[in-house]
Order: sequence, then structure tokens, then C-alpha cells
Amino acid sequence: MAADVETLDTVQSVTEGGYKWGFSTDIEMDLAPKGLNEDIIRLISERKNEPAWLLEWRLKAYAAWLKMEEPEWAMIHHEPIDYQDLHYYAAPKKKNGPKSLDEVDPELLAMYEKLGIPLKERAILAGVELPEGERPQVAVDAVFDSVSVATTFRETLSKSGVIFCPISEAVHDHPELVQKYLGSVVPAGDNYFAALNSAVFTDGSFVFIPKGVRCPMELSTYFRINARNTGQFERTLIIVEDGGHVSYLEGCTAPQRDENQLHAAVVELVAMEDSTIKYSTVQNWYPGDANGKGGIYNFVTKRGACRGARSKISWTQVETGSAITWKYPSCILQGDDSVGEFYSVAVTTNMQQADTGTKMIHIGKRTRSTIVSKGISAGRSNNTYRGLVRVLPKADGARNFTQCDSLLIGDQCGAHTVPYIESRNATAKLEHEATTSKISDDQLFYCRSRGLSQEDAVGMIVNGFCRDVLKELPMEFAVEAQKLLAVSLEGSVG
Amino acid sequence: MLEIKGLEASIGDKQILRGIDLVVPQGEVHAIMGPNGSGKSTLSYVLSGRPGYEVTAGSATFDGKDLLEMEPEERAALGVFLAFQYPVELPGVGNANFLRTALNAQKRARGEPELDAPGFLKLARAEMKRLSMPDDMLKRNVNVGFSGGEKKRNEVLQMAILKPKLAILDETDSGLDIDALKIVADGVNSQRGPNFSAVVITHYQRLLEHIVPDRVHVLSAGRIIRSGGPELALELEANGYAGIVAEAA
Repeated sequence: MAADVETLDTVQSVTEGGYKWGFSTDIEMDLAPKGLNEDIIRLISERKNEPAWLLEWRLKAYAAWLKMEEPEWAMIHHEPIDYQDLHYYAAPKKKNGPKSLDEVDPELLAMYEKLGIPLKERAILAGVELPEGERPQVAVDAVFDSVSVATTFRETLSKSGVIFCPISEAVHDHPELVQKYLGSVVPAGDNYFAALNSAVFTDGSFVFIPKGVRCPMELSTYFRINARNTGQFERTLIIVEDGGHVSYLEGCTAPQRDENQLHAAVVELVAMEDSTIKYSTVQNWYPGDANGKGGIYNFVTKRGACRGARSKISWTQVETGSAITWKYPSCILQGDDSVGEFYSVAVTTNMQQADTGTKMIHIGKRTRSTIVSKGISAGRSNNTYRGLVRVLPKADGARNFTQCDSLLIGDQCGAHTVPYIESRNATAKLEHEATTSKISDDQLFYCRSRGLSQEDAVGMIVNGFCRDVLKELPMEFAVEAQKLLAVSLEGSVG
Repeated sequence: MLEIKGLEASIGDKQILRGIDLVVPQGEVHAIMGPNGSGKSTLSYVLSGRPGYEVTAGSATFDGKDLLEMEPEERAALGVFLAFQYPVELPGVGNANFLRTALNAQKRARGEPELDAPGFLKLARAEMKRLSMPDDMLKRNVNVGFSGGEKKRNEVLQMAILKPKLAILDETDSGLDIDALKIVADGVNSQRGPNFSAVVITHYQRLLEHIVPDRVHVLSAGRIIRSGGPELALELEANGYAGIVAEAA
């Protein structure tokens, strides 16, 4: 606990400019200067006391990244990102933050109000900088309370043999598992952002479910706290052995502000025989103001491997935040009779851009996948579904069903559907359905004539539109997500 | 009491209502009949506040309150209900959830306590039983995949649950077979009482055999050209609109 306080104090007291090239590692503060090079990667690795293999792995990823170019195929537009103008380790997050809630975007505060976020938590979420010398009592309390709760959870979990810890801890406590599986689903050089993440990731979660164990609880609460410290390059690895089962929840319905504009996370899932992984996300990073200024760029690589027969990986995501979302949670269906699922709601308003979808790679026999994507566009936003269904020659009897629905609100937004379907096995059955619709004036008037306000009517129609996805979320999340959808779209009609 | 005076309304440049005068006292049911294009549906939409209609003159009040100044949801909370000629489908929205949300929105606006889920289900089941409607009506999505008759019955169910003070039925009888017609009529008749009034818009006298109106008005070219008792409907059925319209011209 003391260490945390110390870190916070240190971070607050630190100013930029202390760094020179040739950074010596005996500097006491956990802060790296702007820019990316091998020294920074060595620093990250050293600060985390990592084994040599991991440093090697990071450096290889960095070397690969240097040779790569930022992908341009997505339907998103943004100013070029200056990768040398970013902090890659313990960036002084508070440095440029607002001084008090008075300086925070009033729209953001209004949203907290509507979501019912307690007053004292709003400042933390909004990234308010605290006056010199004043400890962020609330933040620390919240963290401390949660840490103790998390510790209790961890005891329950460890009784059943489940490992759930920060990946930086797992590197030390379970090196054989991490070394075996890290990068086994998303190789270090997989794509531009995954390579970047592999080179500089600072933390994330590690989950291991041993053979035959059904994880006794949904792994969520701990992550929510954990998320605040993992920063912009999260790395998550989940391994479920034969017959194991886990449901993992990440994210938070409250819009979170972050000085780090670029986020590039990697999530890897490994499912062995007869195991199930359910991974649910609610992503609501700050989308920027009405003109898109200040929003998060979220470039995420999420992939799961159904290695064993009859294994199942199910992705459910509700994406309402970020200025840019670039994200394709995918399933590699290697094991015979394995199952991949992707349920997605992506909402874009104002100037937000989302290019999201999935990849289902059918390798094993009788593999099945289901894709249900609901895109909602409002304002001047652009929302793209991009999905690939690929059936390899040996995947006899593979099945895919894809349903892509777009809902438009207003007449200045865009919805795009880009499905790629490649089948190299004649016995495969692939179905694709797509619709585009608008919230009609008739629907709105019908609801209002029954007593619903315009905004409640929009919320109800949108939630109805997303029902097939929302019902896949764990109960507590589903309720929050419904509220979030309604609030996200307030003011977008009429 | 519904009071309409000199009401004129148009869609775009096209004037539809050309001076409607109509009083529906509390507890009465009035029928409005008239040929196609006479403005019957426009009248129902103007009273319930559908966007796109411009009121250019006149007034419409309910219980002394100016309806035309209110948002559609405010009119609903005041007790005005429109049974749609073409009920709208809401995919993914469960009928029970829709109705409970609507009912509670109205209650909230009126400062009444809201109904919890079990309380609502009890109310809804009782009304459905009274209207001999199958239980699954509540579970289905609002009007999605409903037959024409089922949609109209769903409108009546909504009316029974929301318990309006003024119901406007816009050709609720169109497209109904005789059994469905009876159910709809029973639904309206069961609401009748000192605190309920209705404006029943219809083409045909048939519905009025089951919902006997206190008054019948004939609407033509945006004006009420004749009013009378229930016997006026019979006269229309026998002679058609042509005679009355010509007489009024």
C-alpha cells in the first residue's frame, strides 16, 4: 500500500525533461521520457525485473514493428500518430489533466450524472489532477478497498486452482505458462499495433483455469481496478485447460478519460478440449468532445484459439466510446467441433469512427461460428463492420451464420458492412444476412404517444435492436449496458 | 371534455383540416365518419401530436388544457390515447416491457407511484383475461409478426392497461374479421364510464353496431358537415356519403 502512495506522489512530483538519451537505470523514479527505442524497452523490462527471454521477445517485436507500417485499410481517418511523442512507461498521467471538475467537459460530467456514478468517483474517471501535496484520497481508498476485496477473491480462486493475477506477476510466479503461451495466439509480429504492444506492454491480466475447473466466479471486479494502472498497452492472456470454464468481463460503463490518446491492447485466449471461454467487454473510453477532439484511439488485437476439440470461445462486446475503434476479436477454430461466437454492439455518435468486426477461421472439422453484429450510427459518425469467415480445406462440415444489422440515426452518419467470405471446402455452409434501417419517425411517435419521452423512445428502440447481443452479456453487465446505450444516444434524434 | 374550435391544419402546403368544431363531453363516445381523404386520420394525429402537421388556426383542449401546446408524451400522460390505424413494429422490444415503461412514464408524469414488475403483470394478465387474449401476447415483441387483427387487438390491450380518459380510435375496425371486431368493441365498451370518452373514427357503420356512439359526425373535406345521433350512421350506410356531401356543399 505504501508503495502505491509513494508511486502516486512520485508521479505527481515528477516533471518532464529530466531525461537524456542514454537514460541510466539507476534513476529512482518510475518514469520514462517520450519516445520509443531499445533503451526504453530495456528500461521497461528491467523495471519489471523480467527474465531475459521476455526482454528478447520484446526486442524482437520492436525490430519487427520498425519494419512495419501502420495499416491503412480500415475505414478510419486521423492525424498521423507520432510514436516518438508518446510516453511508453509510467507516463505522468496527471501532468496535463484538468485541475478540478470545473475544467472537465460538461458533457462528460452530465453523462456521469445520468449513469449514476457517485460524485467522488467522477473526478477519478475524468482524470482530474490533484493539487500539489494533496493525496488522491478517493482514488487511493477506492484502490485499497478494492485490493482487499480482490485479495479475498484471489483466495477463493486459488482454492479451486485458478490463477488470476497481473501478467507482470505471472511472469515471475508462473514463467513456464507465460513463456509457453504468450504470443502463441497473437505472434509478436502479427500486426503493427500488436507488435507495438508486444514491445512495450506494461501490464494486464493473466488467467489460468486448470483441467476440469469451472471458475467459481465471473472475473470482473478486480479487473476494473486493475485497468486503471495498466495504462495504454494492456496485455491479457487467458488459458483454459481441458474441460475448464471461465467468464471474463472487462471494461466499465463510465466514460473514462485518459491522457494517453493511443491505446493498443492485445488479448490472447487459449481454449483446450471441451473448455469454454466467455469474454465480455464494455468499452466506453472518452470519445472526445462533439468535434471528436481529445478522444481515445483504440487499436486492439483480440484473438482466441480453440485448440482442443469441442472447445468454445465467445466474444461479446459493447463498444460505445473512443474516437477511433479498430478491433476484430477473432476465433481460430482448430479443434474439431469447436465453436466461435462474436456478438457485438458498436455505437458511434458525433465524430466517432468505429471499424470493428471479427475473424472466424475454420480449420477443424464441423467447426461452427456465429456472428451477430449490431452497428448504430448517429451524428456525423462512421461505423463499419468488417468481418472475415475463412474455411480451410480440411474443415469438413463447417458452419457459419452471420447477421449484420446497421441502424442509422439522422442523415449525416455512415454505416458500412464489409464481409469477406472465403471457403475452400465444398461441404461448408455459410450464411450471411445484413440489414440497414433507420429509427423511423413512426416508431418514435408510436412510443411517445404511449407516454415515453423522445429519449426513452430512442433508448428503447436501440436496446430492442441490440437485444440479441445484450442477452449474451452477464446479467449485471447487461443492465448497465442497456442504460449506457440509451445515455450514449441522448440528443442524437430531433 | 374534448373541445375543438375552428381547427385548421396542414401538411406542408396542403391544407387538410379546414375549421373543425367538435365537443366530446366527458363520458361520451362520438363517432367520426367520412369518405377517404376527408381528414379523419389527420384529425387523430393532430390531437395526439404527431410531428409533421402544422396547426394554422383554432384550438383543441382536453379538460381545459391546451393539447396543441403539448408534446405527444405529455398528452399521453394527460390521458389521451391514440389507437393507430397501422400499429408500428418495434423489433426486439418486448410488449410487457414496452407497456410497463409507458405506463410508468405516464404515472411518473402525473406524480403517481410507479408499478413494479409483479404488479404490472398482475394488471396486464387481468386485462388480457377480460379481453380473451392469449398470454403470449405480452411476451412477443411489440407488433412484430402480428397479423392485422392481432395488431389491432394489441392496441386495445394497450388502451385497457393505460386506461386513458380520451381514446381516439383511428379506423381500428379496418381489416378485422367479425370476431376480432367484437373483441375490439368489447375492449372499448368495457372502458366506457363517466371518466372515459372516445372518438371512434371509422368508414363503416358495422363497428358502430358494437360500439354504439352517443353522437355521429360526418367529416368531409376537412369540416364536420353534419352531426346527429346513432341513426345518422344508419342513414350513411343506406345512402352513402354522396348525398350528405352534396347537400352540405
